[in-house]
Amino acid sequence: MDLVLQQIVNAVSLGGIYALLALGLAVVFSIVSLINFAHGELMTVAGYGMFFALAVSLPFPLALLLAVSVAVIAALLTERFAFRPMRKADVTGLLLTSFAVSAILRVIFQNGISARPKPVPLPAGLTGVVEIGSLHIGIVPLLSIVTAALSLALLLLFLKHTTLGKAMRAAAEDFEVLRLMGIKANRVIAMAFAVSGVLAGIAAVLWIAQRGSVDPLMGFVPVLKAFVAAVIGGLGSLSGAVAGGFALGILEVLFQAFLPDAALPYRDAFVLSFVILILVWRPDGLIPAPVSRRS
Amino acid sequence: MLEVSGLKVRYGEVAAVKGVDLSVPRGAIVVLLGANGAGKSSTLNAIAGLVPATGDVSFEGKSISGLAAEDIVRQGLSLTPEGRRVFPSLSVADNLHLGGAAHAGGDELKRRIEAELDRFPILRERYAQKAGLLSGGEQQMLAIARSLMAAPKLLLLDEPSLGLAPLIVDKVFELILGLKGKGLTILLVEQNAGRALEIADYGYVLQTGQVVLKGPGAELAQSGLVKQAYLSE
Repeated sequence: MDLVLQQIVNAVSLGGIYALLALGLAVVFSIVSLINFAHGELMTVAGYGMFFALAVSLPFPLALLLAVSVAVIAALLTERFAFRPMRKADVTGLLLTSFAVSAILRVIFQNGISARPKPVPLPAGLTGVVEIGSLHIGIVPLLSIVTAALSLALLLLFLKHTTLGKAMRAAAEDFEVLRLMGIKANRVIAMAFAVSGVLAGIAAVLWIAQRGSVDPLMGFVPVLKAFVAAVIGGLGSLSGAVAGGFALGILEVLFQAFLPDAALPYRDAFVLSFVILILVWRPDGLIPAPVSRRS
Repeated sequence: MLEVSGLKVRYGEVAAVKGVDLSVPRGAIVVLLGANGAGKSSTLNAIAGLVPATGDVSFEGKSISGLAAEDIVRQGLSLTPEGRRVFPSLSVADNLHLGGAAHAGGDELKRRIEAELDRFPILRERYAQKAGLLSGGEQQMLAIARSLMAAPKLLLLDEPSLGLAPLIVDKVFELILGLKGKGLTILLVEQNAGRALEIADYGYVLQTGQVVLKGPGAELAQSGLVKQAYLSE
């Protein structure tokens, strides 16, 4: 029983990170039809932001804030200088642009900082476990769950109750009409990137809290997973991204916990096979994006 | 109020509008007639800045050619596009809010929403519902109300009666006349030539991207070409 509960905590905390990342991909995709593979590098940027902030001994909360801020700035800069000039390009052109941005940033990290992992020292308080009855639950997974839940709730409030949030939802359905209302396309798109930056920054902090270091390739694997999660959920659907993120997190933890040792190296193969089964069952994802897009 | 001269729109190799001149005087209803593909919607979309065009469009003596759609609506021209195109997963309230958000804030925005709900009582009943769940007629009301949230001087209406039940069509034309009565200028694209000419002060007939006939509404309704091509149900 305890083991099951602990696995549930693990699954939800991992799923939360995937959900944040998948949501970041979905927010941008729903508005500009761009699958931003440079999203992972936003995570990495945030990681280095945290590393440097702590290296100059800024207080921990300030380092977290800085980490998220640099991810937002990086998101806005890539939008302004890489994706905006390519706005008229087709989906393939945008995809290639995002690969290029991703590759350029990785090389900059490797040559400008270091190809090796940089340790990010965490406050001692974070490494402990909480005991609830006979349960031993890590503080980091617990904080991950709380942070992910809080971030999702705040994003929901933003999307539902602010003009810019409503405009982002409207842009996903019919961007042309939104412009007819006088709402600036560039502002809405920049906002979508900023939101994806915030989500990548928060995900980076949670990711680092579990690993304790940052390296140039840090963002690559989680964002690949997030992409899978976004597809499971239904590409372009925000609630789908969240559902897909948690589904993938739960699948990974389940297979990790219950596969026989000999099969463990093939965990991802099992997970992805299961993903394929989900897509055979629901080709448009768990919660498909609501409307067909106008060209 | 609106002067269009030599307007041309191309989609790749296809010329959709081949040099259209038209003018809309203040306070009038002007209608664009023509078959499918004659270039009516392209003309409206070009005026509103949705599709790139050459030629000159000036509004209240100022050229608005080449401005982006989001800047043109700030000059006081608001387009209600063909097919209504409300934001289906947003509530009626949010659709109206977005219609006015770029033009007014705070109390003024609330006042404008209130004014539209008074004009369209059905929208007050549906206020919290998703726009996608509204009937076709209700969606058309919402689309027009959303355009009016910008408090335009000139309203561009693209096929407002398309696909609506006859009773609702009556309502839409009544509404357009009512808007004119309140001092709004209207440029209307309509399939329903008979009804449109009843309320129009002036009309243009487009064929394959060019104006082939123009004149006061009543006169056009009597012309052989219009009778034969568009009024022969």
